[in-house]
Amino acid sequence: MAENGIGASVRRKEDNRFLIGKGNYTDDISVVGQTHAVFVRSPHAHATLNRIDTSAALAAPGVVAVFTGDDLVADGIGPLICGVTVTSDDGQPHRAPRHPALAQGKVNYVGDHVAVVIAETLAQAKDAAELVVVDYGVLPAVTNTADASQPGQPQIHNEAPNNVCFNWPFGEKAAVEAAFASAHKVSTLELVNNRMVTNAMEPRAALGEYNSGTQEITLHLTTQNPHVHRLVMSAFNNLAPEHKLRVVGPDVGGGFGVKIFVYAEELVVGWACRKVQRPVKWTADRTEAFLSDAHGRDHVATAEVAMDAEGHFLALRVMTQANLGAYLSTFGTMVPSYLYAFLLAGQYRTPLIYSEVKAVFTNTAPVDACRGAGRPEATYLLERLVDIAAADMGLDPAEIRRRNYIPKDAFPYQTPVVQCYDSGDYVAALDKALALADYAGFPARAAEAKARGKRRGIGLSSYVEACGIAPSAAVGQLGGGVGLWESAQVRFNPTGNVQVFTGTHSHGQGHETTFAQLVTELLGVPIDSIEVIHGDTARTQFGMGTYGSRSLAVGGVAIAKACEKLIAKGKKIAAHALEAAESDIEFAAGNFTVTGTDKAMSIAAVAFNAYVPHSYPEGLEPGFDENAFFDPMNFSFPAGTHICEVEVDPDTGEVDIVRYSAVDDFGKLINPMIVEGQVHGGIVHGIGQALLEGCRYDSEGQLLTASYMDYAMPRADNVPSFDVDYAPTNPPHNPLGVKGCGEAGAIGAPPAVINAIVNALGIRHLDMPATPEKVWRAAQQAA
Amino acid sequence: MEMKFEHRIPASREQVWAALNNVEILKASIAGCEVLEATSPTSFNAKITAKVGPVKAKFQFDVTLTDLNPPNSYTINAKGQGGAAGFANGSAAVNLTSDGADTILAYHAQANVGGKLAQLGARLIDGTAKKMADDFFGKFSELAANPEAADGDTTATEQPAATPVSQGVPAWIWLVGGVIVAGIAWAMLF
Repeated sequence: MAENGIGASVRRKEDNRFLIGKGNYTDDISVVGQTHAVFVRSPHAHATLNRIDTSAALAAPGVVAVFTGDDLVADGIGPLICGVTVTSDDGQPHRAPRHPALAQGKVNYVGDHVAVVIAETLAQAKDAAELVVVDYGVLPAVTNTADASQPGQPQIHNEAPNNVCFNWPFGEKAAVEAAFASAHKVSTLELVNNRMVTNAMEPRAALGEYNSGTQEITLHLTTQNPHVHRLVMSAFNNLAPEHKLRVVGPDVGGGFGVKIFVYAEELVVGWACRKVQRPVKWTADRTEAFLSDAHGRDHVATAEVAMDAEGHFLALRVMTQANLGAYLSTFGTMVPSYLYAFLLAGQYRTPLIYSEVKAVFTNTAPVDACRGAGRPEATYLLERLVDIAAADMGLDPAEIRRRNYIPKDAFPYQTPVVQCYDSGDYVAALDKALALADYAGFPARAAEAKARGKRRGIGLSSYVEACGIAPSAAVGQLGGGVGLWESAQVRFNPTGNVQVFTGTHSHGQGHETTFAQLVTELLGVPIDSIEVIHGDTARTQFGMGTYGSRSLAVGGVAIAKACEKLIAKGKKIAAHALEAAESDIEFAAGNFTVTGTDKAMSIAAVAFNAYVPHSYPEGLEPGFDENAFFDPMNFSFPAGTHICEVEVDPDTGEVDIVRYSAVDDFGKLINPMIVEGQVHGGIVHGIGQALLEGCRYDSEGQLLTASYMDYAMPRADNVPSFDVDYAPTNPPHNPLGVKGCGEAGAIGAPPAVINAIVNALGIRHLDMPATPEKVWRAAQQAA
Repeated sequence: MEMKFEHRIPASREQVWAALNNVEILKASIAGCEVLEATSPTSFNAKITAKVGPVKAKFQFDVTLTDLNPPNSYTINAKGQGGAAGFANGSAAVNLTSDGADTILAYHAQANVGGKLAQLGARLIDGTAKKMADDFFGKFSELAANPEAADGDTTATEQPAATPVSQGVPAWIWLVGGVIVAGIAWAMLF
């Protein structure tokens, strides 16, 4: 292993600038002549826009312009798009109502964009926004997932009768029904997957600049994928041609999915800076983030499993209603369909699976990917159902899982729901987790807690995540509008240091360190001589960005491939300089050597030769700078078992997570410290969903959880010190042997936590979030 | 949101009724009520400035009266706009009954709030509205029993004593005002 190479817990290179306050976030950037945008948002969940009077706002001090939806239409800008098609059961594509960036004729959720006010100062823009007079014709609203498609509910879009976006059946219905008919036992569970607000620490922001000399728009954005933003805004929103649109995602303070999407504010800022010929900045305040960021989850589902007499799963049937909000967000359709139903096999050999997903529109903010995106919903449903099944069969939760796991010699394993898992050893992870959690010692701990008046419970969760979505051809077959490869450029400078350009984007993941470790390992260049560059369409080659735990598994491989190309070229250069045959040149630890001799040349010297090719192989291009793209053969399939142990105070309903053990298979770890940080963060995200977080609209469509006083985020005292270990397997299709790790905790944790609480209380089910009130009521009923 | 309260006022029903129709008494009872003006025999405009600490917002209410049954009962319907602070819409059925020397004022109000009021203040609204109600009735009871104590008394006595337009309108306004003040207090925490 190279020093600071693969497997070293190198401290994060990027942290220096963050810790000394030198991070450069979108809102930190200010330019000469900058104006400020404030959006006028609907206070009504569902209303006609009868009249918008902007005259008083236009006359207010400092106001540069006020625009409404008609102005966008006049310039041919928008509407916003959804990039993944799901075919409904009538054979038609999902219903895709028009999604204007500024509302036209009607608003469909609280926070919907009615107008934008642009002024010299933020205060002036805010004051003027209050002067925009809007005559709303208030309509009844529907916010509830289960109600939305029922008869008699308010109709949101003419294009979507009964508010149904799609009804998507998947699997062999008849075979599943037959299996249920002849089953020894059927276990059933109805559950809610609670709606979440993603809550990246940095709220969304945009700064648009237009250069009338070059006709180029530069848009600084809180984005996880600058090229995707550019592509969508150029190809579908008519903002500007790609070569005249530069999108920069500078330092971004957390994404978790919510900054993947192309939002109204971003498009409007990009357009308005050209319209007013002045730079325009917009930064969301926290309540705007609650109102207008895409939300996550929000499913209501019924799950049934059919079993034989030994508790083997024979078939699974899942009926799901998924809330997509008022409009389709950029990938809104994909989350409750392909990213959800294709995960319903979990770690199990269940031979038959049938799923129906009804996706509905409601008068709520659009719903899209949030850390895990569909996979937490699938895993929560499955892992809760498995515990119900264990109870019904009188089996220990660990035992019923063990009986149904896909055995390690069955990989690659083709599930009945499209996915073909490439590698895994679920028993190894389970056994390691059981030991780590001292599962055998639980009864004694429970008895001791009982003596103190506490109820102690333990819960397991065995998850599979399908991340690093690939290959591109499969994405296309599924109705996706993009390819999901990744790109890299590795450039030596003449003086021997290295710039690595990646198409992924780091917004907290530590790529600048992990990718540098990869390069130091492969090229032998000191890590301090390696700079990882990302997030700017003018600096980096086209890339797909960061989401779905794809950056290392896809983008890391692209970097490795570019390094391989450099080594191959370097061998030619070194062979010439060392007067040897190319086939006799070996490369290791940063040096090209002639086999069997002490003749050697460092890669830095080779790079210098390539840029100063005075004595150089005939016909070889100068320069030491290589591009590579990688389109994986398959998804990446991290997996693991998490075990949560709780103590419930039956008098207060308070849940104390006293122990949490996670054993994950992420393949090979490049930086174990960063991976552990991702595991911790993911678990805390999952604990937040399980115990605290719940986005609530009232029946009128008013958002009741629009600040941190009403929306509870996990804090340090909600979580224990985690016990983290690994049970790696080697994914054969991944040249680096790596898997994704960014979402695993958020996927594995919620069912582990709820299973533990259910176990502690001796009840069948409790919907998330398990707030003290809910737990207390359940404890009273159970007593 | 739904609120139901009864309040005992140490004055006769006639006195209470007169006070409910005394614009100055009502204005004096509602903190921050700046303007009450009739736009028709059964409709009003009202402006309330609600202030908590450094935060101040003006709310414009359009009020209409229905189910008029003087001197016993009526229903007030109001729509209020508070700009960036949001909106409050609703209705309140108000009843007066005699109880010995006192009068029981009962109301049953239903309100919807939206925008920042709902987003930031939802869970404080009930408690703060109750406090506002207590404050209002404390002041109103005092003035109803002793109308001369009201500011602008001269003006008040010049008001037509029983025009329907002024019947208890501000009883709605204090309620909405309470809701708004609760929302603003909440917003200040951020």
